[in-house]
Amino acid sequence: MFDLDRWREIFQSMNKNKLRSVLSGFTVAFAILLFTLLFGIVSGLRNTFADAFVDDAANSIFVRVWKTSKPYKGLQAGRRIQLDNKDFDYVKDKYTDKIQLMTARIYKNFNVSYKKNQDNYNFRAVHPDHQFLEKTIMDEGRYINHLDLEESAKVIVIGRLVKKDLFGELPAMGKRLNVSGISYKVIGVFSDDGGDNEERLCYIPVTTAQRLYGNNDYINQINIGYNPNLSLDQAVSFGNRLERDLKNKLDIHPDDQNALFVRNMAEANKNVNTFMLVLFFIVIIVGSGTLIAGIIGISNIMIFVIKERTKEFGIRKALGAKPGSIIGMVVQESVLITTIAGYLGLSLGTFILNQIGDGLEEYFIKDPSVNTGIVVGATIALILSGLIAGYVPAKKAARIKPIVALRAD
Amino acid sequence: MIRIKNLHKSYPIGKDSLHVLKGIDLHIKEGEFVSIMGSSGSGKSTLLNIVGLLDEHDAGDYHLNGQLIKNLNEKKAAVLRNKFLGFVFQSFNLISYKTALENVALPLYYKGMGRKERQRIALEYLDKVGLKDWASHLPNELSGGQKQRVAIARALVTKPKVVLADEPTGALDSTTTDSVMDLLKDINDEGMTVFVITHEEEVAAQTKRVVRLKDGVIISDSADASVGVKSEAI
Repeated sequence: MFDLDRWREIFQSMNKNKLRSVLSGFTVAFAILLFTLLFGIVSGLRNTFADAFVDDAANSIFVRVWKTSKPYKGLQAGRRIQLDNKDFDYVKDKYTDKIQLMTARIYKNFNVSYKKNQDNYNFRAVHPDHQFLEKTIMDEGRYINHLDLEESAKVIVIGRLVKKDLFGELPAMGKRLNVSGISYKVIGVFSDDGGDNEERLCYIPVTTAQRLYGNNDYINQINIGYNPNLSLDQAVSFGNRLERDLKNKLDIHPDDQNALFVRNMAEANKNVNTFMLVLFFIVIIVGSGTLIAGIIGISNIMIFVIKERTKEFGIRKALGAKPGSIIGMVVQESVLITTIAGYLGLSLGTFILNQIGDGLEEYFIKDPSVNTGIVVGATIALILSGLIAGYVPAKKAARIKPIVALRAD
Repeated sequence: MIRIKNLHKSYPIGKDSLHVLKGIDLHIKEGEFVSIMGSSGSGKSTLLNIVGLLDEHDAGDYHLNGQLIKNLNEKKAAVLRNKFLGFVFQSFNLISYKTALENVALPLYYKGMGRKERQRIALEYLDKVGLKDWASHLPNELSGGQKQRVAIARALVTKPKVVLADEPTGALDSTTTDSVMDLLKDINDEGMTVFVITHEEEVAAQTKRVVRLKDGVIISDSADASVGVKSEAI
């Protein structure tokens, strides 16, 4: 394989027959180019979908309430539904084994000031699990913990942009903020991948909010992170049961779509997974079809090439070339052409994908790219196909008797 | 050098078979200059192909350089061709994308010789056929006679035991025919066995022994009066 003279023969033959080499290379390069683009675009689609859910944990279930739209058990339509700690505990106790994380949410809005800076901010009063359900990233300090809940501590975790507004470059940790007249101690600063709005928030303990503002046990929303060991189907049915049980407990008509709303990421995930699976299969079929077409293309050209070179092979054999050396020469040439052409197609494809970058984001294609595994796999497939495409006709050529080859004028 | 006994060869044509060689007996000693004469269809090319190990015979014995040729696989035949035989063809059969020098050096490549050594020897042989100055030319830049001289240099470069020439002058005019025949004579004078196939009387007349073939049998042999009937042409 590393016979210098053999390489010299091959380069000479390729060099003196440029059109032939370019033609056979073009088929492969084009097939690989299409293959790369196809995989890249699908990966771009996948990135878009992955991004759509990046803000929240993939196993989230949100429970929200509003007004009833149907009369039920003698209660009129239009009744405002209110969740409270008892509902929270009811869900928590009933589904212990199905729940991994759980938090309540109370929405508030306060004017916050530090020294001379002040602004209005949305507040969320939460349980400690909220950090993981919302994928909150702590830049400094800590999140709200169970001790804060027990003590109804006046502590606050502020978003990166809140800190920027109020403190600028100065340290915020341990400082006291004036929240509509009540003093809170900053215990942490966070960031979030969900965008600017998510970073212009403040978190306080749920118990603190309940005690200080109304002295009740009301909550606005319940967020649950279901047990990740549940299958998607189990998670979907858990969500459905949760909705039914809560409606029953809160005296809501089972068909009332307005009063209680359960948003289950498992359902969305299930749809996306199915979609991606179908897409993946389509790509596999189309992609391998493209590759096979390329391989057949190069096989065809090799058959033609070998027919054209039959006489040359005959001469070589008359001069003492062994059949193996003829096969070796053709196969090596074929592998070389496929490898180079395939590499060119791959590079061009990767280059185009890089150029696209985020340019097609509005068409749901984000940062399209091919991963190393696919690149390596495609390269190996190419070399193998070059081997096969060269070997079959070469074997045939080597079997031709020199006399037959020389007769063909 | 070449000893053939009762050699038979037939080619299948559809369901029938065409009996081309019907029992050839021929003994060519080292250093002979032999021509096989015959019209087309007489079986002379078939005989050359068998002698040149390009084709296999059906029955009979063939000894080349004392070695019985039987059931050769392609690989062994290739080695024997490279070692013992040099070919000169009617249509020259040079490789079109290689220079004269590279064409001459090709048999040495298959012999496994190093590149520098190959080129040195090839140039030596090109010089011998008077084409040293044309070494870097491609075949399509050479005249017919020059091409055939390159082909002869290529046939000689491995120092074979026998040079087999199949209608070496068939594609040449009479002047170049003479120069090619002179070259073959010179080679023979140096002791090389030369085996020419031709249908031209003038070419045959320049060889030292003429074997006439008709319908797959030898009808006359100038070295052996007992074979067949003497042809009136000599």
